[in-house]
Amino acid sequence: MTVAAAKDRSQDRQKEMIARHFSRLARSEETGEKNVYTFVPGNLTELLLAFDLLPVLPEINALQAGMRKISGDQVTKAEKLGHSEDVCAYVKASIGALHSGNLGPTGERLPKPDLLLLSYTGCFTFLKWFELYREETGAPVTMLHVPYQADGCYTKEMVQYVVKQLKEVVIPDLERVSGRKYDEDKLREHLKLSAAAEDDLVRVLESAKHRPSPIDGYFGAVYYVGPIFSSFRGTSDAVLYYRELWEEVRERMARGEGPMTPDGPMGPERFRLVVEGPPNWTHFREFWRMFHSEGAVVVASTYSKVGGTYDFGFRHDPDRPLESLAEYCLGCYTNLDLPSRVKMLSGYVRDYGADGFLINSIKSCDSFSAGQLVIMRAVEKETGVPGGFFESDLVDPRYFSAANIKNRIESYLQMLDQRRSGAGRREGALS
Amino acid sequence: MKCWIGIDLGSTTTKSVILDESGRAVGRGITNSRSNYETACNVARIEALADARLGLCAAALPPSTADGALVGDVRAAFLADLQREFRLAWHLARLRGLWAHIERETPAVEKYFSGVRLGGVLAALYQALVAEAPSLFAPGAAKRSDFFRDTATSRYHALATGRAKAAGVPFEALMAAFDKAIIKAENEESDFGIETGASEAAQRALAKAPLSAAARGTVLSAMRRALGEPFEVVASVGTGYGRATLPFPKEQIRSEILCHGLGAHAMFPRTRTVLDIGGQDTKAIQVDEQGLVTGFQMNDRCAAGCGRYLGYIADEMNLGLHELGPLAQQSTRPVKINSTCTVFAGAEIRDRLTLGQRREDILAGLHRAVILRAMSLLARSGGIKDEFTFTGGVAKNVTAVQVLEKLVRENYGERRMNVSADSIYTGALGAALFAQRPSLASQKQELVA
Amino acid sequence: MEAPLTSAPSSPRGKIVAQAEELYRDLSFGAVRRWKAAEPGRKALGYLPVYAPLELIRAAGMLPVGIVGGGDMEVVRGDACYQSYICRIPRSTIELGLNGALDCLDGMLFPSTCDVIRNLSGMWRMMFEGRYVRYLDLPQNFDPAVGGVFFAHELRALAKDLESLGGRPVTDAALREAIAVYNENRAAIRELYDVRAREPWRVPASELYLVMRAGNVLPAEEHTELVRAYLAAARAEDRRLQDTARVVIRGCFCEQPPVDLLRTLERSGCSVVDDDWLLALRWFDADVPTEGDPLDQLVRAFLSRSPACPSLYLRQGKKGDALLERVRETAAEGVVFAAPSFCDPALLEQPMLLNAVKAQKVPCTAFQFAENTGQFQVIREQAGAFADSIRLA
Repeated sequence: MTVAAAKDRSQDRQKEMIARHFSRLARSEETGEKNVYTFVPGNLTELLLAFDLLPVLPEINALQAGMRKISGDQVTKAEKLGHSEDVCAYVKASIGALHSGNLGPTGERLPKPDLLLLSYTGCFTFLKWFELYREETGAPVTMLHVPYQADGCYTKEMVQYVVKQLKEVVIPDLERVSGRKYDEDKLREHLKLSAAAEDDLVRVLESAKHRPSPIDGYFGAVYYVGPIFSSFRGTSDAVLYYRELWEEVRERMARGEGPMTPDGPMGPERFRLVVEGPPNWTHFREFWRMFHSEGAVVVASTYSKVGGTYDFGFRHDPDRPLESLAEYCLGCYTNLDLPSRVKMLSGYVRDYGADGFLINSIKSCDSFSAGQLVIMRAVEKETGVPGGFFESDLVDPRYFSAANIKNRIESYLQMLDQRRSGAGRREGALS
Repeated sequence: MKCWIGIDLGSTTTKSVILDESGRAVGRGITNSRSNYETACNVARIEALADARLGLCAAALPPSTADGALVGDVRAAFLADLQREFRLAWHLARLRGLWAHIERETPAVEKYFSGVRLGGVLAALYQALVAEAPSLFAPGAAKRSDFFRDTATSRYHALATGRAKAAGVPFEALMAAFDKAIIKAENEESDFGIETGASEAAQRALAKAPLSAAARGTVLSAMRRALGEPFEVVASVGTGYGRATLPFPKEQIRSEILCHGLGAHAMFPRTRTVLDIGGQDTKAIQVDEQGLVTGFQMNDRCAAGCGRYLGYIADEMNLGLHELGPLAQQSTRPVKINSTCTVFAGAEIRDRLTLGQRREDILAGLHRAVILRAMSLLARSGGIKDEFTFTGGVAKNVTAVQVLEKLVRENYGERRMNVSADSIYTGALGAALFAQRPSLASQKQELVA
Repeated sequence: MEAPLTSAPSSPRGKIVAQAEELYRDLSFGAVRRWKAAEPGRKALGYLPVYAPLELIRAAGMLPVGIVGGGDMEVVRGDACYQSYICRIPRSTIELGLNGALDCLDGMLFPSTCDVIRNLSGMWRMMFEGRYVRYLDLPQNFDPAVGGVFFAHELRALAKDLESLGGRPVTDAALREAIAVYNENRAAIRELYDVRAREPWRVPASELYLVMRAGNVLPAEEHTELVRAYLAAARAEDRRLQDTARVVIRGCFCEQPPVDLLRTLERSGCSVVDDDWLLALRWFDADVPTEGDPLDQLVRAFLSRSPACPSLYLRQGKKGDALLERVRETAAEGVVFAAPSFCDPALLEQPMLLNAVKAQKVPCTAFQFAENTGQFQVIREQAGAFADSIRLA
């Protein structure tokens, strides 16, 4: 990911990792390396690495296109091809990208998919997305159905179902594409590295419980989760990255510093917030500025859990390789039922000492958005903290109304301020 | 006297409210929000100061005069005359300002219309506008817009139509000169002196009053005292959709949510839920017993169902905004409208009219659709608690109020619903109350004559 | 050209349609209430689109009740739960729940249709505490040893819930009986669809829809009778062949089109010869075997006989194959894509179907609707132009 903020070592490392990965992808047709396209929630990176396959994540490429302000044209292109204005802009941006040379975030060309690993976790749109990709590219699909945690937990039958699919469908397909045999010991090695990186990631995310928070758990966290949510989970690169990141965060914490922002170090911490929902990517910095310029830091977010809810204890387990992959998939945030999401958000508000919580309702994403208004009222009831609500989109720039969102955020923060100062300040104002 | 000013810069109108030391609203002013927000803000403030000044005059009048005449109808007539004379003088001053611009624009317009001479007809037009002005402010004159721009436009248009024909000059040329001038005129500050204007108005009003010379003397000296007391603006706070553009430092800006909550509380202290339907957005606000906002929701990205929607409908039906509500009252069989999407509103209405549906029935359906959206927003914000206060431009619409009352009863049971004639000033009132908060009192004091 | 789209109210057919329309308009589910009142202790279970194991519900002694939104009912509190970019069906469904219309149901089943219906299951749990709510995951792996085992477990868990809810065991015998009753029902429905495909002028779309829709609230055998009675009446009446365009309609597998939209289509010269409405009532295109383990048979039927529905993963063949096959079978001349606004599965699927249909040079047209669409002017013009282009070709 490209981040412009203060240049920490970890950032340089992440940048270098990404550049290396995409140039490897760009050269893969010459080198003969095979790739697998897949999604962030429920990604099986360790398994792909065990077959020396290169992961490609169209979601990440779409959000990068949003940050680089080229997603608008891609979306329009897809709409011209017959895609509805009503549907997910990630899908449209990625279809538009396929029709514009299929360039990755570094500007290098992405290889054609050798396999589409449809890990269908927490989002029905994924299903359609890869059916569309199959039509567009002719690449085969391997389907992994991850059942929904409708009752707030997963059962052993669900785990068995996923494991069985891994054994009977996914692994044979990966063997076919890679030309290699499944090597469980190799998988275990990667899983061990995953767990190590996951420990440090959780330390980083939970550092936001400290006052002032040394990190922003939403805008900042999208950079932090980048490697582990995409192609690097299970690599020693990721282990080094998270170790370094945690050290930096720990130092900031020790110095009593707040988060770094693209506009420099944040001023005094005035508001601690929890945010539900993905960010907008097309106006990411402008969006973040609306918060940090008011002294608002996000201490916890659900979006930083879409690629795994590690802060609730899950770790990839080399001793139960396929089971732990299945449990990982089942536990991703968007695969949780609404009561669980309410519990998680309410817990964040309490555990991170938040003054308020905001919902960024994303037009593209029904999985996140359908029901958020009911979630909001439930969290309000649970915590006694009023919620704020605003709307935007992932990568469709037409759905970001800066004035509108700024107005709501300002109103919300002023309300929190008023709540905090309480009645005392109004003495004498009215009689 | 010490005063505190609140300004609400809305998408359609800009409002201002002035508070005295006791927190009482002593002046209100409103103007159309124009391209220049700073001017709109100043105009609204000057309007409010003028209103406050006339209020001071009224308050300064002795309970009675030596001849015992300044009571009852005489007193009321004097105060009404004072208002009218003052408004008339201000109107004439603005007309003068406008005319200076018209004269400046004339040569260019004449050149554009191939050398037509406008001087004579314009001079006659001006005289006619000045001559008819008193009738616009006469007792019993039909109520017109509060805004100079609206009055001037409609009167100029009316008088120019006949005169253009008689003088053989193109009507478009006369309008071209006007259109250019009005924009400039309304974006510059008037040189009208409120105190001088009020003093002259008092003298003219007094001339009409059946009072003894001694009594007139008493009144005049009371007026002089009231006019001589300076307004000392302690603090100002701005709010509204355009608040970010107000020439105020950040700490003097409050969100319209907080201001509407506090303003509604000030008007109706038992308010717990506020609905504001404005031009650009709809807000549902919950407040506590002190007027502090405990939660709020605003309409989502889609502006369907806001005041602006009714504006589109009015345009589509060729009606004035104020005519919609009364017309909808005549409906006997309201039509079911399923979408309040502004994009499709025009087509849908044309369609329905083609199908033979009556305008009043369509309007009744549209009002219901608008209020249904507001009901959803209220539910989203936590429902309607007792008491419930309805504010904003749409609160002036009789049908909207009626439909809302009915739906509130059906969905929440009995709730006291407050609608104030001054509800358009709710945000400005809240802003003024914020200005009065102790944290702002230490601000640099500014003196306004 | 005006086709006679409504039967004379006094004719036998007219009476059946009127009865079906009354059931359709009754948003308080009077039929369900009457069924429950007829015998103390009866229970009913609501289910949302697209698929529900009706046989299993019946075998538990319950009445399966299809819930497909509230049509053009006024929605206030349901709207409070959703942003403007979410489709309409969950809003009106919540409104029905909040206004007490669904009090006659002893539970609700939410199948895995899309993210919106999925999340509605959790909302229901939070908004209607104490009521039975179940999300039914449908397998996207169609191997009996993998997806089949999982689905069998899902169904057994549901059966267990229904046993405790209904207070009686779901026996194999009861399940077999239920399968047989639904086989009968589906056979009658197949016949209705066959007659309509051959002679669409005999079975107007709006009438077929209303007769089908009665199946959402009637016990299966009563619905079978209704379908058969309608067919008999339709055959007996002499209706003239119309010069219309024969079209297949797709996209309405969840949120339902207003009946007036169907009438508009036909008045514009389109005869509907196939559709994807109310799929749960005709999920299987052949009888489910009644021998062997009945639950297993349901699972196998689901794995091998499910229709091409956008909420199911297409594991083999190409998108559009099934649609083109129906176009051939019904001798359709065109395809109308009618998707509900903001329906992700329908709208994401549509470009693939469009490509497939266009590649075979089958004429097609597309528009969007909502269950409460009240104005059909644009659709009338579009459908009229489409029908003309086919007839004049």
